Amino acid sequence: MALAAETARVLDLEGLEALVEALHARDYEVIGPRVRDGVISLAPLSSAADLPIGWSDDQRPGHYRLVERGDDARFGYAVGPDAPKRWLLPPHSEVFEAEGDGTGFTLRPAEPPSRRFAFLGVRPCELAGIAVQDRVFIRDDLRDVTYASRREDILTVAVHCGEPAGTCFCASVGTGPRAEDGFDLALTELVGEDHRFVVEVGSEQGRELLAAVPTEPAAEGDLTVAAAVTDDASRRMGRDLDTEGLREDLLGALGSSRYRDVARRCLACGNCTFVCPTCFCTGLVDRNALDGSHTARERTWNSCFTIGFSYIHGGGIRESVSSRYRQWLTHKLATWQDQFDVLGCVGCGRCITWCPVGIDITEEARAIRATAVPGGGAR
Amino acid sequence: MSAPTLSPRPTTTGPVDERLLPVPHRVVDVRRDTADTMTIGLEPIHGMPPPFEPGQVDMLYAFGTGEVPISISSSTQVADRREYTIRRVGAVTTALTNVERGDRIGVRGPFGVPWPVEAARGGDVVVIAGGIGLAPLRAAILHVLEHRQAYGQLSLLYGARTAGDILYREELETWRSRLDVDIDVTIDAAGSGWHGNVGVVTRLVPRARFDEQRATALLCGPEVMMRYGAQALLDRGIAPERIFVSAERNMLCGIGTCGHCQLGPYFLCHDGPVLSWDRVGPYMSVREL
Ligand SMILES: Cc1cc2nc3c(=O)[nH]c(=O)nc-3n(C[C@H](O)[C@H](O)[C@H](O)COP(=O)(O)OP(=O)(O)OC[C@H]3O[C@@H](n4cnc5c(N)ncnc54)[C@H](O)[C@@H]3O)c2cc1C
Ligand code: SF4
Ligand code: SF4
Ligand code: FES
Repeated sequence: MALAAETARVLDLEGLEALVEALHARDYEVIGPRVRDGVISLAPLSSAADLPIGWSDDQRPGHYRLVERGDDARFGYAVGPDAPKRWLLPPHSEVFEAEGDGTGFTLRPAEPPSRRFAFLGVRPCELAGIAVQDRVFIRDDLRDVTYASRREDILTVAVHCGEPAGTCFCASVGTGPRAEDGFDLALTELVGEDHRFVVEVGSEQGRELLAAVPTEPAAEGDLTVAAAVTDDASRRMGRDLDTEGLREDLLGALGSSRYRDVARRCLACGNCTFVCPTCFCTGLVDRNALDGSHTARERTWNSCFTIGFSYIHGGGIRESVSSRYRQWLTHKLATWQDQFDVLGCVGCGRCITWCPVGIDITEEARAIRATAVPGGGAR
Repeated sequence: MSAPTLSPRPTTTGPVDERLLPVPHRVVDVRRDTADTMTIGLEPIHGMPPPFEPGQVDMLYAFGTGEVPISISSSTQVADRREYTIRRVGAVTTALTNVERGDRIGVRGPFGVPWPVEAARGGDVVVIAGGIGLAPLRAAILHVLEHRQAYGQLSLLYGARTAGDILYREELETWRSRLDVDIDVTIDAAGSGWHGNVGVVTRLVPRARFDEQRATALLCGPEVMMRYGAQALLDRGIAPERIFVSAERNMLCGIGTCGHCQLGPYFLCHDGPVLSWDRVGPYMSVREL
C-alpha cells in the first residue's frame, strides 16, 4: 500500500515520549502495551518508558512466552491477551443499584464514565475489532451506552505490525498487518541506528496532536522502508483462514462429526471468548443483600462456553461441549455475517494462543467445512 | 451476506439505556389458574404503560430475587394495565406467583416481534398451544375476537398435561360457546371424569377447520411440539411463510446486546420471539442449537 507522502512525518524516540505527554496534557488516560505478569498486557502508561522495550513474544497454539529481542524496539511483538475491549466494554460495569422499602424499591441508575482513553500501540486487528464492536453496539436502533460512552471519545495511535505471531492471520481476513483507516495516528517502527517512527495522520484530531510534538517530514526512503515492514509481516503470518464461502459451508455442516472430535479436546473454559476482541456477550447479575434491603445489578462478560449461558428452566439448551463449540465457531465465522454484515473474527490469533489445549480456529474451520454437505444444513 | 433484520427501537442518551431499568408497577389483580400457574395484573405506579402488541414480552423483576421474561397475556385494548400468566418453575417465578395485591414488581419492555395479527387479516387463523404456551397466544386470540369480522375461521388447538393443567378454563368455555370459534382441547393423561381428547395436540391438526390457502398458524409450546405442529401444518399444505412460532431462549437484556437469546442468526429479543417457519425451522430442527 502506498503511504501518503505529503502528510507522513517522522518521529524519533523523544518525539514518542512527547506524544505520550501531549495525550496526558489533553486529559487522556493513555492505555498501551506494558509487561505485566509475564505477558504484554494493556494498561495505563505514565510515559513511553513503560512500553515493553526490547521484548517480543513467542506465540503458538496454547503457548505464550516473552522473549528478549536483543534490540530496543518499542513495538516488537504482536497482541497480548488484552484487547481495547477490556476498556470499552469493561468486564464488570454497574447498571443500577436499588434500595428496598418493604413492598417496593427505588432505583439509582449507574453514572456515566468520567475517563477518556487514548490507545497507544493499538494494532490493525484491534482497530478492526473496535469497528466490529461498533456494528454490534452502535446501530440505527441501538446505542449501547456502556460501550458508546467509552468508545465515542477515544483517540488511537496505531502501530502497524512488523512482528506477527505464529498464531496471527490478519492478512487472510483483510484486517492487517497495515491499518488502512480507523486511526487518528498510525506509526511504523523502524528499529536500528536511527530509531524512528513513520507517522501517518488519519484524522483532524491526529493532525492536531501531532502538531504538538517535534517531527520531521518523512523522506521518500522512509516510506519505502515502512511499507516493506508490513509487506514482510504479511508474508510471515503464522496462519490463514479462507473466508470465501465460509458462512455457507459452516451452516451446511452444523451436524459435522468434527464438533464431537473437537469437544474431546475442548475444556469449555471460555478463554477464547474472553480474549477475543469482538465477542460481546454479557450477563446481568444481581447482587442481592441477604436481608432484602439492597441490590446492585452488574453487567459482566459472559461466554457461550458455559452451560448457564443458554439456561432456561429445566436445563441448558447447549448441554454438550460440541454444541457450545459449534455456537462459538458458527457465530464468529457464519451467523455474525447475517447479524452485522461482517466477519466476527479479525484474525488476531488470541483464541489459539490462549486456548489451554491449543485448539486452532483456522484448523477447525478447515476441517469442519470439509464435512459440509452441498445443499444441506441451515443456509 | 444478508442484511440484519432489526426492529425499530428508541435510542437513549442517559448513562444507562432506559430499557434496562425496571419501572415500578403495582399488583392490582391476582388470579389462580391452575395448581402452579397464576395470572397477575400490573399497573405502573406513575403514568400509563407503553403500548404493546400481542406476543411481545416484558422482563418482570421481583426485587431481591431476579428478573425473567414473561409474555403479556392480556388484551392490547386494555391500556392502563397488563396481565401476565406465570407458571411457577423456579426462584423468580415462585416470587412472582406469591405476590399479593399492592405488592410492587419492576417491569421493562415490551420487547420483541409480535404475532402477525395484522398480516393474518382476511384469512383463517389456527392457533396451536401447548401448556403455558397458551399465555403468549391469549393476547392474539383476544385480538382476533375483538376484530372478529376481519378474520375467517378461528381454530384453537390446545394441549395440556392433565385436565387440571388447562389454563383459562372459564374463558375457554365462553369462547367455545361462540359459534364462530372452534376449540379442540386434548390432554396427555386422562383421569376419571375427562371425556375429551387424549393425546398430543399435533394430532388435532388434520381435522381442524381452516383453509390451507388462506390460513395463518400461530404456535407456542415446548420446542418438540412446535416442530411436530409445524410439520403437521406443512403436511396439510400451509406454506412455511404462514406458520409462526414463538421460540424460547435465555433472555437477559431484551435489547439485543447480551447475546444470550441467539438462535442461529436471530436474536430472539428483537428478531423474535415470533418467527416464521421458513426462517426459523432450519435452525429449530438442529439439536442443541
Ligand atoms: C420469550 C419468552 C416468553 C416467556 N413467556 C412466559 C410466560 O408467559 N409465562 C411463563 O410462565 N413463562 C414464560 N417464559 C418462561 C420464563 O421466563 C421462565 O419460566 C423463567 O425464566 C424461569 O425463571 P425461574 O427463576 O422461575 O426458574 P429457574 O429454573 O429457577 O431459573 C433460574 C434462573 O435462570 C434464569 N432463567 C431461566 N429461564 C430463563 C429464560 N428463559 N430467560 C432468561 N433467564 C432465564 C433466570 O435468571 C432465573 O431466575 C417465557 C420465556 C421466554 C424466553
Ligand atoms: S475468533 Fe480468535 S482469532 Fe478471531 S478475533 Fe476472536 S480471538 Fe482473534
Ligand atoms: S462466540 Fe459466544 S461469547 Fe462470543 S459473541 Fe458469539 S455467542 Fe457471544
Ligand atoms: S436478550 Fe439480550 S440480546 Fe436478546
